[in-house]
Amino acid sequence: MDKRKRTMGKRFQKYLPFVILAVMLIWHSVLYAQQQRFPRPEFEGGYSFPTHQFLNQRGPMWEYMDVAVLIGALLVTAWMVLIKRSRQGLIWVSVFSLAYFGFYRQGCICAIGSVQNVSMALFNGNYAIPLSALLFFTIPLLFALFFGRVFCAGVCPLGAIQELTGFRQVRMPKSIERLLGMIPFVYLGLAVLFASTESQFLICRYDPFVGIFRIDAPYTMVIFGSLLLLVGIFVNRPYCRYLCPYGVLQNIFSRFSVKHVTISPAECRKCRLCESGCPYDAILQSDPEPYVEVPKKSLKNSLIYFLMIPLLASGFAVILYNLAPSLSVVNNNVKLAREIRLEREKGIKAVSKAAIAFFESGKTEDELYKEELQIIGRFKKGAPWVGIFFGLSLGIGFFRLTVRNFRTEYVPDRGRCYSCAKCFKFCPVKVKT
Amino acid sequence: MESKNKSRASRRDFVKTAGKIIAAVPVLSLPIVLTKKTDVKGYVWQIDPYKCTSCELCTTSCVMTPSAVKCTNAFPMCGYCDFCPGFLCQGAKIYSTAAEDQLCPTGAIIRNFVEEPYFEYTINESLCNGCSKCVKGCRDFGNGSLYLQIMHNLCVNCNQCRIARMCPSDAVIRVPAEEPYIRKELKQSTSPVIGKALVKPVPSRGYLLRHGKGKQLT
Repeated sequence: MDKRKRTMGKRFQKYLPFVILAVMLIWHSVLYAQQQRFPRPEFEGGYSFPTHQFLNQRGPMWEYMDVAVLIGALLVTAWMVLIKRSRQGLIWVSVFSLAYFGFYRQGCICAIGSVQNVSMALFNGNYAIPLSALLFFTIPLLFALFFGRVFCAGVCPLGAIQELTGFRQVRMPKSIERLLGMIPFVYLGLAVLFASTESQFLICRYDPFVGIFRIDAPYTMVIFGSLLLLVGIFVNRPYCRYLCPYGVLQNIFSRFSVKHVTISPAECRKCRLCESGCPYDAILQSDPEPYVEVPKKSLKNSLIYFLMIPLLASGFAVILYNLAPSLSVVNNNVKLAREIRLEREKGIKAVSKAAIAFFESGKTEDELYKEELQIIGRFKKGAPWVGIFFGLSLGIGFFRLTVRNFRTEYVPDRGRCYSCAKCFKFCPVKVKT
Repeated sequence: MESKNKSRASRRDFVKTAGKIIAAVPVLSLPIVLTKKTDVKGYVWQIDPYKCTSCELCTTSCVMTPSAVKCTNAFPMCGYCDFCPGFLCQGAKIYSTAAEDQLCPTGAIIRNFVEEPYFEYTINESLCNGCSKCVKGCRDFGNGSLYLQIMHNLCVNCNQCRIARMCPSDAVIRVPAEEPYIRKELKQSTSPVIGKALVKPVPSRGYLLRHGKGKQLT
């Protein structure tokens, strides 16, 4: 009896490794069985699985159709503004763009949002930008370099909806106009920073009119969009002037445009009729004769402002660098890490859905914290550059105030002019064709 | 005076041409810089069913109302159970199609008798709002054959998907437009140990990211 027991034990020892091996091999099937708890039925009546139709989008090739429409609309707008000089024609182009890019394509794809795709592709090795997005970014800028802001004039659906609803013209005081005009620079800088750190697409998130195009949006955005449209009835194009981040780029590029729209079809007679014709305050007045020489004092002034440019740039770079950790909260992972750390300190169980999902996923907290540090590091790398951009644009803006160009005729400010052709009707000079 | 004005004008011209070149160079070079990083075919958003934790945020996060996210049933995985944990709510006394016994808040799941004892469950997509209550039931107590997918006939393909931003488990990812669905499927196993069905392993989703590997985009 005793001997038999011993042999049993020996035999068990002998087979133990095989048992463990078998358990290890079968263990996987147990894991799978968690998903496949019930056996597949064996149907007798010749049942076949119903086929499910997975429908596709309208096909990626159609996006190139959008690009073609974009180029066509840009060409027509440029022709309407520069050669035909017809406001009526421009309105029809706006109606078309609003219908196609706005209501048919539902506001996506748009050049304004493509800024983020480009910056994300530039600063992330693992993101492949769709070619159509890249084209939507570059083509309007190239057109701005040749013909001024024709994209804003009649192709951008956001511009078109505001252009068509701007019935009255209330001119803003210059100081307020300038002050609010700084917002787009901040918006652009932050949007690029957030996109390049893979945190958020700020511009798409706060697109005010996309909800109107889709007739479906969070109610806050609908209110925001309709408020902008209401304001836009009096203060024309509020989004373009005080928010649009792509407008900043258009503004910069349009300043160097080869051929820009002129107020008068021929020589300006300085009749001053167009002076109050621009709702965007983008008409630069002609200098009255006699022209005064630049005094020494203003020369000194402009030199001071010129030297202030690098000072402002470095100052903003330092400020933004220090703001980087607080800015990084827009990243979901950073937010989650802070939440979980706080909950750990206070001894609270996971509350938000993100925290619950995190604990379900089996990721360790150390990994998350490491990721948080990494993202903050990326913010710290990018934020000073955004600061430099802020400082440079502010400094150059100040400097330009001190430089006075001598003008012999009324001309549009190439940066701020939307080529909307509203000033044409004020000019008494007519050219017979 | 005349000559001074002339020189000023020429200086301004110089600044303008310089500005033109400075502005043109980055725009023209951008496509060249990004050639290796451009994707001609484009991408769409899709839910990775293996990462989804069925948190119900898809219902409200989508910019479309009702959500473009719908439930689908992977029939080869389905157990065709009489007591379907995705169809019947907990505590249902009778296995019936009565509204009070159904888990689905919109009654989007259709239960059809196939043969004893099997029932077929199909989804009426026009009623489904993507709340994933059934997905949770099927995952926790059943075979996990019900799963969520973004239906691309409804999705407007936002630049950044709003669900992707809200998703707590980062399950909404960019996938190539030619292959817009991530289907849950069963594969007949060749493994002698298991002999039965195997869940198809998740294919690697690195294809969007043509360069560098690993990290997924949210």
